[in-house]
Amino acid sequence: MSLTLQLQHAFPSVRIDMAFEVPSPGVTVLFGPSGSGKSTVILAAAGLLRPDACKIELDGKVLADTMSDAWLPPERRRVGLVFQDAKLFPHMSVATNLRFGLRRAPPGPVRFDEVVELLGIGALLDRRPHTLSGGERQRVAIGRALLAQPHLLLMDEPLASLDAPRKAEIMPYLTRLKTTLRLPVLYVTHSSDEATRLADSIVLIKAGRVAGYGPLPEIASRTDLAFAQGTDAGAVLHCRIAAQDVRRTLTLMEGGGTSFWVPLVESVPGAHHRIRIPAREVILAGSPPDSISLHNVISGTVRRITPEPGRATVLVEVALPEGVLLARVTQDAVSRLRLVSGSQVLALIKSSSIEVLGA
Amino acid sequence: MWLTLTVSARAVGFGLPLAILMAWVLARYRFPGRALLSALVHMPLVLPPVVTGWLLLIMFGIRGPAGAFLYDWFGIRLVFTAAGASLACAVMTFPVMVRSVRLSLESADPGLEQAARTLGAGRLDRLFNVTLPLASPGILVGAIVGYATCLGEFGAVITFAANIPGQTQTLPLAIYAALQMPGGEAKAAQLSMISLGLALIGLLLSEWAGRRLNAVLGR
Repeated sequence: MSLTLQLQHAFPSVRIDMAFEVPSPGVTVLFGPSGSGKSTVILAAAGLLRPDACKIELDGKVLADTMSDAWLPPERRRVGLVFQDAKLFPHMSVATNLRFGLRRAPPGPVRFDEVVELLGIGALLDRRPHTLSGGERQRVAIGRALLAQPHLLLMDEPLASLDAPRKAEIMPYLTRLKTTLRLPVLYVTHSSDEATRLADSIVLIKAGRVAGYGPLPEIASRTDLAFAQGTDAGAVLHCRIAAQDVRRTLTLMEGGGTSFWVPLVESVPGAHHRIRIPAREVILAGSPPDSISLHNVISGTVRRITPEPGRATVLVEVALPEGVLLARVTQDAVSRLRLVSGSQVLALIKSSSIEVLGA
Repeated sequence: MWLTLTVSARAVGFGLPLAILMAWVLARYRFPGRALLSALVHMPLVLPPVVTGWLLLIMFGIRGPAGAFLYDWFGIRLVFTAAGASLACAVMTFPVMVRSVRLSLESADPGLEQAARTLGAGRLDRLFNVTLPLASPGILVGAIVGYATCLGEFGAVITFAANIPGQTQTLPLAIYAALQMPGGEAKAAQLSMISLGLALIGLLLSEWAGRRLNAVLGR
């Protein structure tokens, strides 16, 4: 079960030529600046745009293949699409909107009551779309797409038209959805925050081409790729809760071949979480400090040092037994600690600066 | 009076579905001859109605190409009948209806149809469940304005269907006939008031209905 996609299309401004795979189940985020061709991929996969050349296969079924002139129209692809601005039918109630795809699809595993419960839209069923808030509308649109029993879910910047509070409101539903869904999801965004929270793997798009492709922790720690080149650069690690120390109000998380103390997390031992450690919060040291307030002193090996364009700082990739940390330090710190690729180094991380996210 | 209402109702009843089809074709498809088709549809709006009536007479008269076919095969005679009056009205109001429907089709969000496609709705399914309901304000307004225009249609009707009391004499024709007769002013005035009332009701109704439908659609 997966989606494989190759496509070429020439726009006046950009030439698109890319190929990648979306594994199932899991969320693959297409990440890149606007105008880089992300939406073209989505439209082609949905069948709403016919590229110059393409080959799209879903679970071994050919949706489109220019070589053999195969082209399934959107209504026969079983591909769900969530638009940037919901596109609910204004002349129908929320319930009728939700059932639009359900009524036209063959029986499938997605049940009406479950979707309504999962997205928290039970109270909205009798309302009209124009009386809903932007976040509510988007939740209904996601439900409508899921109830059409799709084999692939496409999401085209579903949060881009929402303000920050609405985004925060809808995010928990998306992370919950992510752990429930049993299908490949292709999610387009240019927000690194959304990508960090939702992605299992990332496809970096730059000017119509795939600039990088891999699991989120790997892409997030590659300082040579665009994803780690913002103010907000930081490492992402998949962790498991190893211990809950209620007395000290701390949680011990294992991941990356090491362990981290974080402020107490409301969760159970064994639960999976992803943690994000912002590069600006990581201090590098040559020897262990004593009597210091922070909990995490983690040893690693310098893998790469990348100067940051337009800044006086560098990003240091610190390899852990499994995984990588990022640290933003000054050029001066690098020369004082005599850091080069291969140096042993200690990363000091305040427990409170580690962001604990969903699974 | 009743004659006028039924003639108009039939004109709108037959004309509207065709108008919707035509509006859909003009709004959605790009093809050679589209501009010509559009011009042809709007022709009755700019031609003198008498000319339209005369053209109909040539086309649908017993010896006309279309008229002969209808008469020989189905025994239908349009010229100088109430059905003929309806045809003349329908042709005259066609551009009004097409225009109204087309504007509302063009203002509808094409993204909604795309959404319907990804949800598994085929062409006809989309037309009846998404496109037409979204265009309903335009369709309804087109129908009401078309109906009101039919009530007042004169030139094409008198040319094509003549002025036969009880058969093809619609309200404006009756007013005209009354004015031709000595002492008919009172009757003419009476009929004119009815005409005025009907027109007013039509316009108010279309305004109200359009607003209601738009409210339902959340605009």
